[in-house]
Amino acid sequence: MAIKDYIREKFFPHIWCPGCGHGIALNGLLHAVENMGLKKNDVVMVSGIGCSSRIAGYLDFHTLHTIHGRALAFAIGVKMSRPELTLLAPMGDGDALSIGGNHFIHACRRNIDMTAIVMNNKVYGMTGGQYSPLSGYGTMATTAPYSNIDQQFDVVDMATAAGATFVARTTAYHVQQMADILEEAIRHKGFSVVEVMTPCPTYFGRKNREGSAVDMMEKLKTMTTPIGSKAKQENPALIERGVFVKKEMPEYCAEYQKIIERATKGN
Amino acid sequence: MARPKLKGHVINRDWCKGCGICVHFCPKRVLELDEHDKVVAARPQDCVCCKLCELRCPDLAIEVATEQE
Repeated sequence: MAIKDYIREKFFPHIWCPGCGHGIALNGLLHAVENMGLKKNDVVMVSGIGCSSRIAGYLDFHTLHTIHGRALAFAIGVKMSRPELTLLAPMGDGDALSIGGNHFIHACRRNIDMTAIVMNNKVYGMTGGQYSPLSGYGTMATTAPYSNIDQQFDVVDMATAAGATFVARTTAYHVQQMADILEEAIRHKGFSVVEVMTPCPTYFGRKNREGSAVDMMEKLKTMTTPIGSKAKQENPALIERGVFVKKEMPEYCAEYQKIIERATKGN
Repeated sequence: MARPKLKGHVINRDWCKGCGICVHFCPKRVLELDEHDKVVAARPQDCVCCKLCELRCPDLAIEVATEQE
């Protein structure tokens, strides 16, 4: 299938701004899904609220556009009742780690087989450019006109600490790596977290004088480096990208099935 | 594997928002924005069919059609 067969063309052009990295994340995800040859009827996409969460409306899978921060809660419900389906939960940075922070860490801990995609543009775009828990110290936002004094979460560290069995980071610039990592994450049996760093030229870029969408893409290229590279040793400020965690652990639905079998034995 | 041969750039002008990402990151400078800020293939003869424009487009507005040589 061509990637266009996976979208709902009648809703295009999408609402995202010119140069929005979420569109590139959608593009990369479609390439991963196409490469795997997944059938539309076998994929369920569950999203919350925000710019990023609009992605569910544009894709022709089974889609649920749910409430803010609760994409994972709904996704777990779907997965528990239909464990044979492939679950994708795309979320924004605020959606995943602020409003949905509790759902996020506990989904990591349970190791339920689904892929959480955190499209991190470091800002609440849809509601007007408020700072998010990923904005970081010293950044500007409409709610931090004299600069932000909040420290930021690190998605990778947080997911790792909470027990996710697949944790990776990539960017909207590194599109080939993004498609490869998303494919690996979807194939992984367990809870996968993929952070995709995406530029928001309209709010984060404008408030922090990062220039155009092209300038922000250039920055994603220069501010990141593959895991364990020599460049990271020389410049610790670089952000590493790649697969950080990949391990086997008992999967939640499989364990639950064992409980059912144990409880109904002899009935 | 044979090198893919270019059939043409399929550009959806209704979907293109003129962000310029494909133009800037094209390794062969094949693409340009026209007076309406829509992408056009100005030098298709230089295209090496790497498809990076297609992969990076946030709007799914450009496709590199190829035929195998």
